[in-house]
Amino acid sequence: MLNTTILIIVFLPLLAAIIGGLGNRALGNTVVKSLTTGALFVSCALSWPIFLGFISGTATAEVVPVLQWVQSGNLSFDWALRVDTLTAVMLVVITTVSALVHLYSWGYMDEDPDQPRFFAYLSLFTFAMLMLVTADNLVQMFFGWEGVGLASYLLIGFWFKKPSANAAAIKAFVVNRVGDLGFMLGIFGTFLVFGTTSIPEILEAAPAMSGATIGFMGYRMHTMDILCILLFIGAMGKSAQLGLHTWLPDAMEGPTPVSALIHAATMVTAGVFMVCRLSPMFETAPIALGMVTFIGAATCIFAATIGTTQWDIKRVIAYSTCSQLGYMFFAAGVGAYGVAMFHLFTHAFFKALLFLGAGSVIHAMHHEQDMRYYGGLRKKIPLTFWAMMFGTLAITGVGIYHLGAGFAGFWSKDAILEVAFARGTELGTFAFWMGVFAALLTSFYSWRLMFLTFWGKPRWIESEHIQHSVHKTPEEAGEDTTGGYHPHESPLSMLIPLGVLSLGAIFAGQVFAPSFLDGAAFWADSVFFNEPLIHAMHAVPYPVKYAALIVMVLGFVGAWLAYIKDTSIPGKFVQQFKYIHQFVFNKWYFDELYNFLFVRPAFWLGRKFWIIGDQGIIDRFGPNGAAWVVEKGSLAAKKVQSGYLNSYALIMLLGLVAAITWVLM
Amino acid sequence: MDGFPILSVMLAVLAIAAAACFFVKAEAARMIALVATLIDLALGILLWVNYDIGGAQWQFQEEANLFAGFKYALGIDGIALMLIVLSVFLMPICILASWDSIQKRVGEYMAAFLLMELLMIGVFAAQDLFLFYIFFEAGLIPMYLIIGIWGGDNRIYASYKFFLYTLLGSVLMLIAMLWMVNEAGTTYIPTLMNYDFAPEAQTWLWLAFFASFAVKMPMWPVHTWLPDAHVQAPTAGSVILAGVLLKMGGYGFIRFSLPMFPEASAQFVWLILGLSMIAVVVTSLIALVQHDMKKLIAYSSVAHMAIVTAGLFAFNVQGLEGAMIMMLSHGLVSGALFLCVGVIYDRLHTREIDRYGGLSINMPKYALFFLLFTMASIGLPGTSGFVAEFLSLAGVYKISSLATFVLTTGIILGAGYMLYLYRRVAFGEQKNADAAAMKDLSVREWIMLGPIAAAVLWMGIYPESFLAPMRADIAALDARIARAAPIGDAKLEVGEPKAGAANTIDAKEHDGEGAH
Repeated sequence: MLNTTILIIVFLPLLAAIIGGLGNRALGNTVVKSLTTGALFVSCALSWPIFLGFISGTATAEVVPVLQWVQSGNLSFDWALRVDTLTAVMLVVITTVSALVHLYSWGYMDEDPDQPRFFAYLSLFTFAMLMLVTADNLVQMFFGWEGVGLASYLLIGFWFKKPSANAAAIKAFVVNRVGDLGFMLGIFGTFLVFGTTSIPEILEAAPAMSGATIGFMGYRMHTMDILCILLFIGAMGKSAQLGLHTWLPDAMEGPTPVSALIHAATMVTAGVFMVCRLSPMFETAPIALGMVTFIGAATCIFAATIGTTQWDIKRVIAYSTCSQLGYMFFAAGVGAYGVAMFHLFTHAFFKALLFLGAGSVIHAMHHEQDMRYYGGLRKKIPLTFWAMMFGTLAITGVGIYHLGAGFAGFWSKDAILEVAFARGTELGTFAFWMGVFAALLTSFYSWRLMFLTFWGKPRWIESEHIQHSVHKTPEEAGEDTTGGYHPHESPLSMLIPLGVLSLGAIFAGQVFAPSFLDGAAFWADSVFFNEPLIHAMHAVPYPVKYAALIVMVLGFVGAWLAYIKDTSIPGKFVQQFKYIHQFVFNKWYFDELYNFLFVRPAFWLGRKFWIIGDQGIIDRFGPNGAAWVVEKGSLAAKKVQSGYLNSYALIMLLGLVAAITWVLM
Repeated sequence: MDGFPILSVMLAVLAIAAAACFFVKAEAARMIALVATLIDLALGILLWVNYDIGGAQWQFQEEANLFAGFKYALGIDGIALMLIVLSVFLMPICILASWDSIQKRVGEYMAAFLLMELLMIGVFAAQDLFLFYIFFEAGLIPMYLIIGIWGGDNRIYASYKFFLYTLLGSVLMLIAMLWMVNEAGTTYIPTLMNYDFAPEAQTWLWLAFFASFAVKMPMWPVHTWLPDAHVQAPTAGSVILAGVLLKMGGYGFIRFSLPMFPEASAQFVWLILGLSMIAVVVTSLIALVQHDMKKLIAYSSVAHMAIVTAGLFAFNVQGLEGAMIMMLSHGLVSGALFLCVGVIYDRLHTREIDRYGGLSINMPKYALFFLLFTMASIGLPGTSGFVAEFLSLAGVYKISSLATFVLTTGIILGAGYMLYLYRRVAFGEQKNADAAAMKDLSVREWIMLGPIAAAVLWMGIYPESFLAPMRADIAALDARIARAAPIGDAKLEVGEPKAGAANTIDAKEHDGEGAH
């Protein structure tokens, strides 16, 4: 039964993508849209029973073989679909968000001339993501990994006439490839050490290798540490962790539904999924885990700082995603993989909600994305407002421990902070404090976004998009800062996904916390489950349990003061801390640094190798040199053959003398 | 199939058709060439289907004594089979690619192509050392003519450079062959493959063969003939040059250098790896700054061929099989990429990248094919390029993690230059009116690109069809060279496993704290 179900779940979106993509205009918008959306709803409907089966404990892990892939000497790996608890969690996340995003796109992309292509790409992405999470070996995981990368590239660059979209698409692909370099080396190393790429076999053999050492690029290292670090570099690329994060904010060039699906709910969490999938392996690698914890904690705080300064509504949410992924990683780093997956699960709902909500705002505001030109939208688009509200309550972690009630993010984020504290190591404590501080900033930037968008006076007429729409300049509009523009609430196809995701943002934590956090039986060894650590997590002191709530309130108050009470505060603050603000506003100058260190030198070197290396040296002294020698040589020979009898006689005489001398000697 | 001289028939069909092409008009010459190459394709498929996997190492053998001990001996193993299949697969496509674009001396042109195919099949099927040499070197002549007569503006320089380079190594290889025959007392390649030459002699013999194969490959720094040759050659010439001629170097290494001189091969592992590493980084960076589409793809070929050489000299099954798949994959993918260039060159008569832009608007089908081949070129899993890259590099990792690291940077740089190319051609605004007016693929072009696309996906999703025939031969080669295999740098020491997981915490320590 499960056999056919999982085959349908995974391959139906592929089929829809192929038919829709190739059929394109021949089939027409409605057919392609119905086909792809329908396929996703079927996949989604089939995924939930599997997940609920694991929740209730009736389902067991299975591997469904599909096709032989590669067999080369002792290296062999096949196409196969693995379904266990971890996969089931991802299945519902992916198919649910994807189905809703498909539906949402009916409204959002309504005026786009190229809709079939968009829907085909979305379905293709979903297929690749499903292949990633059902992988039973590292190579198929890499297939899904690169497949989602391709779909991401195509969707970021969907509006391919825009130079900025093209640049962002290439950047996303190439930066991810830097991570993939690590991933590939990790797979090669794993194959070398274990003689297999099968994940269960590796996980089983890993503990025996925990004391092993290996040579790597001239150094001797702990085998498991270097392997896990290499694999984690792959995860850093896909999950936009500090250092390899630069592509994610730029990826916002893609249509907003794409940002919700790929760059918030699913693809960017692939790195977290990978670490969890390989958790028994990572548990044999303390240094690698330390790196996971550190990078996670650093990203969580770093991205949150940038989030507080951006004006583009999508970029704020993008940095927020980056930051939340950091939480997931440090949860995994301290050994709480179930907790990391729980945050992945709840985050998928509320972050998709926030992105789709932002899309709805953008839709209402005539494609304006700058929050400086929003304001006072609460009454105009009330349903969108409430959806965003639930998303914000979820991401900021509103909830009260003693009542045992809270929004989705409350359950998962608090658990992460508690478990980091409970871990008791220096790194764990570091991560805890970074996490608490980032929670403060999260609350601040989230409420800042809400206040700027939905409260205050309308500032719409400042926006060029609005000016185009109402055919007025700010001067002409005068006192009326709305410019006479009427924001319209989104169509039903966009509101339904917002409603469903709102339910997720409200209840997903409450309902599923017992299974995800404490359910050793639920996880059933699909991730490494650290029972004592979970006990310790529940036993942390009250101040730790309330830390997140306290900073959430502080962040809220801060945002309220600065963006409602006295709106001159942000300006004064920027004035006061000009350089710090500059630094943070410019995203810590990572793009400039990478441009200076890698991009420009690559082009410069390319030109030098070409002009000086190939043409100036190899050709000059090679084939052209040979030609030169022949030419000059023949010129010399030509001179000798002058036709003058006396010169011939002279040469003859010289030759004769030389010959006689040689004979005599 | 017993007794039917299928290989000779394949050669004979081409010889007869080539001769016929000289005497007929253009239209007839095209038809003759197409039919002849299709017959050979059919025979090639027959060859593949009838090849007995797990049977004798050498199959379809034919032998005839000619004069002075010079033998006409043909026969193929799985490796040769796959390369012959690649050649006969690409040939009809080349003829189709030349259908409209070649208008002068059509008969001679078609004859040159048929002759070329004959010589290529001959190279892979020859079992006599001197027969191989003749096919191998004679292959230069039709290519020289194709570039020199039907090439672009600077064709004379390109053809001269091509000839000079490739001839350079040949003389040394001939001398080495004469010495070998004298020493081993046979010209029969299968015997020579198991003959143990003295290690000191191997060094010199290896170098002599290397001189020839390195140029054919081409390896850095003897690669500079390739970009010029590609740029000047007509589309079909480029396809066959990239698709098959570049594979002769790799075939030479796997047929001669490795089995005949295992000790010398091991001795020069770092020469090969070093040059391969340089090639990947340097030529990829050069590809990044090209303005000419064909030059860009030519440079990317050098980088891909470097993965082949590195894989071959990894001394293990994954490396060897990966290198073979890379040869097949690159044959398809770079051939297809040159066809893609040809499609738009035929319409606009320029290879300048900046003259195009926004083609996915007016040529969406073309853009889709181009995207697929771009992705295959950068080794996206699911395409042939990935299987090739993955296996070769997994093999190389067993002998050197450093070399693998440098070679794997190719996946970043490759993505860089190919996507940059794709962006400038297919994406962006339609800034050139004439490029924006170009029509999408014609039926003829569909027939050219469709089968290659199918093959690329087939090899990426189910490479077993291609690996299976070669498995026994590669295992035999692996066993033959195992005695000389260099030791890898991993030197895994298992040590004493640690107790418990990294995040183990003492449960008792937390009892009584806080509330549950």
